[in-house]
Amino acid sequence: MKILIAGGGKIGSCLTEQLTNEGHELTVIDCSTAVLEDMMEKYDVITVAGNAASMSVLETAGVKDAELFIAATDMDEVNMLACMTAHGMNPKLTTIGRIRNPEYRIQAYEMRDVFGLTMAVNPEKQAAHEIARLLNFPGFLSVDSFAKGNVEIVELKIDAKNPLNGTKLSKMSDIVHAQVLVCAVQRNGQTIMPDGNFVIRENDQLFFTATPTNLTQMLKNIGIIAKKAKRVLIAGGGRISYYLVKELEKSGMDCTIMESDEERCHELADILPECTVIHGDASSQEFLDMEGVGDSDAVVTLTGLDELNIVISLYANTRNVSQVVTKLSHAENNKILDSLQIGAVISPKELAGYSILRYVRAMQNQEGSAVSVHRIAGGKIEALEFKVDKDTKHRGEPLRNVKTKSNVLIASIFSHGKVDIPSGNSRFNEGDTVIVVTTADAPIYNLNDIFED
Amino acid sequence: MRNAMNYKLIGKILGFILIIEALFLIPAWGISIGYHEHNAAFSILKSQIIILLVAAVLVFVTRNAKHNYYAKEGLVTTGAAWILMSLMGALPFYISREIPSYVDAVFEVASGFTTTGSSILTDVEAMSHGLLYWRSFTHWVGGMGVLVFLLAVVPLSGKNEGFTLHILRAESPGPSVGKLVPRMRQTATILYVIYIALTVLNVIFLLIGGMPLFDSVCHAFGTAGTGGFGIKADSFASYSPYLQNVTTVFMLLFGVNFSCYYLLLLKRVKDVFRDEELRTYIAIVVISTLLIAWNISGLYSTFGETLRHSAFQVATIISTTGFATTDFDQWPAFSKAILLLLMCCGASAGSTGGGMKVARLILLFKSGRRNFHQNMHPSEIRKVRVNGASVDEKVMSSVNGYLVAYVFIIVVSFFLVSLDGFSVETNISAVLATFNNIGPGFAAVGPTCNFSAYSNLSKIVMIFDMLAGRLEILPIMVLFSRSTWKKN
Repeated sequence: MKILIAGGGKIGSCLTEQLTNEGHELTVIDCSTAVLEDMMEKYDVITVAGNAASMSVLETAGVKDAELFIAATDMDEVNMLACMTAHGMNPKLTTIGRIRNPEYRIQAYEMRDVFGLTMAVNPEKQAAHEIARLLNFPGFLSVDSFAKGNVEIVELKIDAKNPLNGTKLSKMSDIVHAQVLVCAVQRNGQTIMPDGNFVIRENDQLFFTATPTNLTQMLKNIGIIAKKAKRVLIAGGGRISYYLVKELEKSGMDCTIMESDEERCHELADILPECTVIHGDASSQEFLDMEGVGDSDAVVTLTGLDELNIVISLYANTRNVSQVVTKLSHAENNKILDSLQIGAVISPKELAGYSILRYVRAMQNQEGSAVSVHRIAGGKIEALEFKVDKDTKHRGEPLRNVKTKSNVLIASIFSHGKVDIPSGNSRFNEGDTVIVVTTADAPIYNLNDIFED
Repeated sequence: MRNAMNYKLIGKILGFILIIEALFLIPAWGISIGYHEHNAAFSILKSQIIILLVAAVLVFVTRNAKHNYYAKEGLVTTGAAWILMSLMGALPFYISREIPSYVDAVFEVASGFTTTGSSILTDVEAMSHGLLYWRSFTHWVGGMGVLVFLLAVVPLSGKNEGFTLHILRAESPGPSVGKLVPRMRQTATILYVIYIALTVLNVIFLLIGGMPLFDSVCHAFGTAGTGGFGIKADSFASYSPYLQNVTTVFMLLFGVNFSCYYLLLLKRVKDVFRDEELRTYIAIVVISTLLIAWNISGLYSTFGETLRHSAFQVATIISTTGFATTDFDQWPAFSKAILLLLMCCGASAGSTGGGMKVARLILLFKSGRRNFHQNMHPSEIRKVRVNGASVDEKVMSSVNGYLVAYVFIIVVSFFLVSLDGFSVETNISAVLATFNNIGPGFAAVGPTCNFSAYSNLSKIVMIFDMLAGRLEILPIMVLFSRSTWKKN
């Protein structure tokens, strides 16, 4: 597919990497030739220098035969204008624009026809939504929902005290007493899709599939007391903080934002009436103690500096804060971080990248394509949700008779409101939802791709 | 470089104001003729001629005034206009010798224009109908403001049309005054239409209760402007309970921010009832009424009567009207304490009432709470919010500044008035009653007494207090500030 990307920033390059890997033809538009040269060196793309909202630049970039236009420059206004212009030049074009300013949020949705926007992506809002979900599911490092929230894939780090430490997977149900399935494990930066003989060790990151109730039960049985956060401390007062507070206040949590820029503090105090806004430097430990880090149930670090976020999260951990979430913008795949106690990691650009990727996949394969795609374990594992239709093979057959590819695992089957963690006798029928876990290096586009034959 | 004050334009506007005042005297003249009061009619005619002559001189001298006009001019115009209006409006009383002292006459008219309702008359019922009407009519004019009226009828605006906002700001009560619609003329018209409609409604309700037409109109004027001049020696005591209750309701209505009525016209009922100031205002009225009713329950025969007197007095004080149905000076100390506090509290911003204004009290309370909180959490940033929207820090500091000026004026006035040798209660309530535009105070200036015993100096101090209170201090203070008159 021919795709135009405007803007070679964080999201632009993240998308370029993923989309070229999937075999699309990419043209990158950016004002800065330095950025473009860098892109040319790293990826197999062509580039056009100039303003992406101008007709002549779009013409040169070949908007007329493109199928998809992604506007990801750092200015919302340029993105909107670029989508409008591109759509005007090629009415069949699908356009995705990054619109981040909360003030434009409503019009980017309700007036998307006027702007020629097929989809508006808001990385900050997505990140905030992810963090809010994490805080609503305490105990886990990441949470992904499938089948309208009936099935979750969660990430759990095993520490030395965990009763699962040293247990064989086949014996796990004796401890957890709940219907759960381990669909992937990360160990020393390696991703493994385990079988029954796999033995859990300290520092493993386990990915479980189960229903929310089963997950709660499991946590109880392995002695992790998970109570939902009441007091949340947020370091940094950017857009994510704004969206996050808006979401958390809906579920009744008390939020405190620390921000070092006084003017921004006043703005926040203005738009977030319920939230406590504190002006001060969150990198100072004294200040953190004074404002009650130790009394918080959760600490979320959302400053603009990855290093600062890590330091604050580490400190929060030493103060026994039960939930810590760290935002990383550049260092998200740094392996050194795996050994650090910085809690769950959120990367806004990856989240936005995945959501665009999901859209591109769906565009490419209208029939039988995944309802949703989630990348877990640092992007190395994909969890996909499919709907079983009349073209799906092996419907109604017991799974023990169905041969799937070696890197594929059927994680759960959702049928008529009931979730089944599959065994050899399980089967799926037309209308069911199937959640499949696979390694990200060999993506699947259609449910039939998982079968060996 | 600062702009030199545009004296010519100020003079021109003052000229227009005087013409309007002369025109406003016509009905009073007609009524005098109707009641065959030839002395009064002749005095009014003479006053009109004097006023028109002064106006003609002013307008002629300033015929080529330039239209550059800023906040300072707006304040000076407003302050000067009100003083001039009072000086000229006193002429009919003085010329007719119905009030022989000119200071007394000015006090009476200033008390009228500022909607105070404090009187120096020992026998109201001896006055001629024409002048009684003029006395009540000054309340009605002063309630909404004569400059606002000017904005509604006279095409003053030239190139620099924004200046009219300064006038609206200077003359309308409340911490933050804005327009209702984009055009100033339309805003002023809307305000006056609401004002006239409510006044007419009030007259109709009084007529239904059997009050004579002349009495109804005069009382409706007194109620609408939240003034309080009656035409009977015992104010409202001799009227029927129905008439008293109607007046209670209308006094409270005129103490509500007029933009609430505008919102009602736009059918935004929800916004009106979510308004914090309106809610607080209603809460204060209800709680005060009940507390006083409980406190005075032994004084009247039935509970209904107790409640009626309690509600009437609360309404008359909080709306800063100043009628009375009973001598509340005889009430127990607790009830008088509540009334004294209500005197300072005053009506809503943007109403015709005076006092501190409920909106300012809300802001002061919230800013106090924030200061208290800030002491314990020095780095926390908090906004003061009213109706969900955060209040600009400029407004906050102007409200704090207002409080300082308010207290300062009360202290100085109290000090000066005390020279006359009345009791402390008399003096403090006299200052509060005039400065907050209420009317009667306690003890020697209670509802059955009057202000005539004070010396001329005290009367002038109180005239100043009334004007300062009505115009919310600034426009009057500006006239006495050196920096206003200094040339660049």
